Amino acid sequence: MALKEVFDTLKREGKKALIPYITGGDPTKEKTIEIMDFFAKEGADIIELGVPFSDPMADGPVIQRAMERAIKSKTTLFDILEIVRKFKKQAKIPVVLMGYMNPFFSYGFERLIYEAKESGVDGILCVDLPYEEAYPFWMCAKRGGLDFVCLVSPLTNRSRIARIKRYASGFIYFVSVTGVTGERESLPEDVKGMLIDTKNLTKLPVVLGFGISKAETIEEFFDFTDGFVIGSALVRRLEEVSFDVESKGFKDFFYALERACHKKR
Amino acid sequence: MGKKGYYGNFGGRFVPETLMPALYELEEVLKAAKKDTSFKRELHSYQREYIGRPTPLYYARNASEKLGFKLYLKREDLCHTGAHKILNALGQALLAKRMNKKRIIAETGAGQHGVACATAASLLALDCVIYMGEDDVKRQRINVMRMEMLGAKVQPVKSGTRTLKDAINEALRDWVTNVRTTHYVLGTVFGPYPYPELVKYFVSAIGREAKRQILKREGRLPDVVVACVGGGSNAMGIFLPFLKMKDVMLIGVEAGGEGISTNKHAARFQKGRIGIFQGSKSYVLQDEWGQILDTYSIAPGLDYASVGPEHSFLFESGRVQYTYAEDEEVIEAYLFLSREEGILPALESSHALAFLMKNRKEFKDKIVLVNLSGRGDKDLTTVLNRLKKDGA
Repeated sequence: MALKEVFDTLKREGKKALIPYITGGDPTKEKTIEIMDFFAKEGADIIELGVPFSDPMADGPVIQRAMERAIKSKTTLFDILEIVRKFKKQAKIPVVLMGYMNPFFSYGFERLIYEAKESGVDGILCVDLPYEEAYPFWMCAKRGGLDFVCLVSPLTNRSRIARIKRYASGFIYFVSVTGVTGERESLPEDVKGMLIDTKNLTKLPVVLGFGISKAETIEEFFDFTDGFVIGSALVRRLEEVSFDVESKGFKDFFYALERACHKKR
Repeated sequence: MGKKGYYGNFGGRFVPETLMPALYELEEVLKAAKKDTSFKRELHSYQREYIGRPTPLYYARNASEKLGFKLYLKREDLCHTGAHKILNALGQALLAKRMNKKRIIAETGAGQHGVACATAASLLALDCVIYMGEDDVKRQRINVMRMEMLGAKVQPVKSGTRTLKDAINEALRDWVTNVRTTHYVLGTVFGPYPYPELVKYFVSAIGREAKRQILKREGRLPDVVVACVGGGSNAMGIFLPFLKMKDVMLIGVEAGGEGISTNKHAARFQKGRIGIFQGSKSYVLQDEWGQILDTYSIAPGLDYASVGPEHSFLFESGRVQYTYAEDEEVIEAYLFLSREEGILPALESSHALAFLMKNRKEFKDKIVLVNLSGRGDKDLTTVLNRLKKDGA
């Protein structure tokens, strides 16, 4: 299923997309596939799969640790695509690759897009790539038929959003706070207004990410967005249970997020 | 500059979306400041009366006799705080004030840029936080104490390799979080546009003065200008007015560390390839998968995995030759200048001298200008430990 179909279906059903994030290869490649299978089986709508990078400047300590573990287990971009290929053999939900420019650039954009498409990747998101620098990468993605997910921050003004949306496809990722990834007790109230503005400026689904650490936050922002990315909160809990997805603490946490996203209003 | 923010194929603005408005703001404030005579007057008066400019151009007679060419030293080591770094730090602190930002942050490896920022912050009454890798905090204890004395908070960075690149990551994270109230004083001609341009503007005083001084002294341009290259700000500063003078040979010296065939060096042009790192497209030391490699240098200011994008452009265009010097040669140069001229050069600047000493025959009877970018007091412990280890 492509990203568009996922959002269309959810919209019809009055639900929001649950988008868990994990880093590929954290702590091993096999474990990553196991965790992705769990997400797919238990109700995730899209999976955001991080490509490890040695210097993740937009990430907080939890995801930085995850990337360090993945690099330590020698996970390369080539391995990440292999992970997606294996996962997609049994699962249908879309996978979006999320990462930093240098590993993508080093691999070669054209090669990356071609092999990613062939592996079953649906979209790509690059954290340190503002629209000003996006053209060559975006052209490759467009030609290769991969969605190009773009970020919008609380400091992005309307005229920037208008330019960003020319490049964006799949969905817009709205960064809830100025800051790095990581759990937060609550999100700023004015994010709601900004989400409404962003949704008015684009036809694409708008997804909220950064800082979402509990079901209550999902409930609070339910009416203002099309989905939620949950990264650090999940990764931290996975660390706590030594990456055993069957452990009760982790499962209960995930189910709570799932219920919050899929509760019909 | 071709495409906005690019030097040929290098440069750009590869940062998270959250930082883009701040980069535009910075670009605007620099443009306005350059046109504003009152800003320029203020900057120049600080440069003159606080930093102590123009710094002298010194003819090193004893060293010249030994080396067989005329060696001139641009004495940036005589700047207030002991290195050219104060030029950029003070300039950016003044810009921060123009943007009504009351807090500045910076990264530092050796501590020179940190000390310069702490000084500028103290002078202009700004809050100041300096990020420094935990390993560097240990190595540069005196500079940490200096920064704290000046009222700055030194934040040790425990992530990654606990050196300069991790300090930059941490500073970028702080900036993303506090971008509304904070200005990031990046320490060299690196990072996303407009930083390379901005830093170049502030350090250009070095080259302007040096060119004037050597013309007055020798009645002609130098044959060779040599500078060490970490991020590349001191080199850019002194190269700048000579870039169009094709007869002047320009040489940048990187950290060869324990040899470029080992993995303990920071020779980006010898062993790196083009990549995108910490906001800029440039030469980067990286593995085949684009992971950034650890670097090493005896001179902490040169211990960095990438290099200013304009240097990459000058490398590819062939206008500047980039080479390297190894630790052992660097120590020798440090001792040589100390004994011959009574000047302790920073280990960074000693790279430029080391290259010249090794290749002295090539420069016979020429006029050679070296940017002595900082003073070597900070490196005494390193040098002494090294000599002890070598049994000297």
